[in-house]
Amino acid sequence: MHHWPGMTVAAIVLAVLLGSLLAVGLRADNFALGPADWAAVRFTVTQALASALVSVGLAIPVARALARRRFIGRGLLVTLLGAPFILPVIVAILGLLAVFGRGGLVNVGLDALGIETVSIYGFSGVVLAHVFFNLPLATRFLLQGWLAIPAERFRLAASLNAPVGRLLEWPMLRVTLPGAFVVIFLICLTSFAVALTLGGGPRATTVELAIYQAMRFDFDLGRAALLAVVQFSICALAAVLAWSVTVPDGFGAGLDRTVTRWDGGHWWLDGAAIALASVFLLLPLATIVWRGLPGLLVLPDMVWAAAWRSLVVAVTSAALAVGMALALALRGGRLVAVVGVLPLAASSLVVGTGLFLILYRWISPATLALPVTALLNAIMALPFALRVLGPAVTQVQTAFGPLADTLGLQGWARLRWLLLPRLRRPLGFSAGVAAALSMGDLGVIALFADADRATLPLVMYRLMGAYRMEAAAGAGLLLLILSLGLFWLFDRGGRVDADA
Amino acid sequence: MLTLDGLDIRQGDFRLRADFAVQAGITAVIGPSGAGKSTLLSVIAGFFAPAGGRVLWDDSNLTGAAPGQRPVSMLFQDNNLFPHLTIAQNVGLGLRPDLRVRQTDKARVTDVLGRVGLAGYAQRKPGALSGGQQSRAALARVLVADRPVALLDEPFAALGPGLRTEMLELVREQLHGRTVLLVTHDPDDARLVADQVILVAEGIALPPKDTAALFADPPEALRRYLG
Repeated sequence: MHHWPGMTVAAIVLAVLLGSLLAVGLRADNFALGPADWAAVRFTVTQALASALVSVGLAIPVARALARRRFIGRGLLVTLLGAPFILPVIVAILGLLAVFGRGGLVNVGLDALGIETVSIYGFSGVVLAHVFFNLPLATRFLLQGWLAIPAERFRLAASLNAPVGRLLEWPMLRVTLPGAFVVIFLICLTSFAVALTLGGGPRATTVELAIYQAMRFDFDLGRAALLAVVQFSICALAAVLAWSVTVPDGFGAGLDRTVTRWDGGHWWLDGAAIALASVFLLLPLATIVWRGLPGLLVLPDMVWAAAWRSLVVAVTSAALAVGMALALALRGGRLVAVVGVLPLAASSLVVGTGLFLILYRWISPATLALPVTALLNAIMALPFALRVLGPAVTQVQTAFGPLADTLGLQGWARLRWLLLPRLRRPLGFSAGVAAALSMGDLGVIALFADADRATLPLVMYRLMGAYRMEAAAGAGLLLLILSLGLFWLFDRGGRVDADA
Repeated sequence: MLTLDGLDIRQGDFRLRADFAVQAGITAVIGPSGAGKSTLLSVIAGFFAPAGGRVLWDDSNLTGAAPGQRPVSMLFQDNNLFPHLTIAQNVGLGLRPDLRVRQTDKARVTDVLGRVGLAGYAQRKPGALSGGQQSRAALARVLVADRPVALLDEPFAALGPGLRTEMLELVREQLHGRTVLLVTHDPDDARLVADQVILVAEGIALPPKDTAALFADPPEALRRYLG
């Protein structure tokens, strides 16, 4: 294969990520951090630590229960654990508000019992939302670890009457836990939408949120640039940390089996873990549908316009992400491995700030809001697409490369007659993931867009800010349907009529 | 004529030398497993570069040419057909790798499918064919490609004895006039179809010998291999 497509993509990704970094570095003239800035740094790190700790801690009993119990709906539940990954953050937050918010189910219940109500805003709310998103992810990581223990070991342990926990499970957890923890810690460092909706104020502002406020409210570009440098440094440190531990692969297949064990354990404990986790995950989703249905009928026109813009951005972004990932996967090598991981540690707010600083002198950033969002979303989805496509490309080249070589099947002909047909499933899946991620993204768009160029998540956020909750709920349901629908369509497109 | 001129193949500790010419007709390549039969073929096909020496076809030097640029067709042990393409498309790749087939090309594909006994199977996919039929389809592609050298790396090993004999006879009948190198681990295959035999053993590929003469008076290395 030619090398230039892969090299071009690598150059674009590096130019965007490093160029924006250079822009914020040059603009940040004053390197003195004020007390508010230090508070933001502290909050960013502590909430991410707490979120990762709680997510991983709660995932242990849930994953253990799922690994050793067989029940009706288990397969569906495991599949559902993958859903929060492609769930738009703002939609999930609306669901969480309906359950844990001021007038939510929990507080209504507490109030009826005469107990003091709880607030979802601030530190606990941010952690709650992060646990909602990352408990399923952590559970999948750990479940994979459990299922990787060979069945024969359990048999041997049973025949020796040895303690399974100390002999088999703890060694596995010692290897798996640090990786899961670090991944979730990284995710929580850069989850702008959660901080935007549930954080705020002097005691609950993340660095990313402070960047947004400096840009949108104060138009203090120097301070935004300085904060962007700070955010980058935090992410870089965390990424180095991640590099030193084994990071698990979240897309692992084969989670639909259980391992036969003989050590029994309390079935009711496992049952309670699964039931509580299910309710925690499903209740907010159910309320989104329940409360969104009436709003769906009376959606303002601007919601439909925003939905259309979001669809165009999502499909463009998916095409870009998959095209770039394919070019990189075909190129292979060390540079590609670096380019494929770099976006994981990048903050889209930092990159967005950098691009804003580069562009605003020449052109109104608002006019570029949608193209920039599509490109950045594609770059952010690149690591996930590459994870799926990389091994698939290797497999096709190993199995059919020699035959294609002797036939002289090269360049476009090889792409058309060998690679694209054989890669349909991974292409469809990764396009689906990229489209759903872009559809639900509320990050860089918030920096760039004006009212005429808002995407659906941004319009939904503004509706929530204006307390138009019925319209927001309707928009949320629409966004949920569009995100999951896009994923389903792309993924399905890769499966239908695919030859074995 | 295919000439291996002072070939020196190295792969870690492994070493194989070959220095001879191969006439048109079927030449069996036999020898113990791990001796380097497949490696020898992949050097001729251009998948593996020799440490020294040259591969020549008539007077042109093939060393360094890409596999698709060589006057060579190859059948592998498996994966000889693309499962997502029809039989006609798979065979058509032998004519035009970009599959821009003209009417005359289509006629040739149909003709060749008839010759290997697959008339009427053009629009099926490989998955809908039996193992023997898949071998025939792959052979059909070698036939249309019309390249003078055909390298067969145990392509029929997965077939039962009856089907394998049938395929070897089809090779003998249809690839007449080409230079065919057939890797096999069964000396009977060689006796059945090969005009000549190359023995690969103990780090060297011996020059082709007439099949009947070789088996009538086997050299020391062949005697050890035959047991």
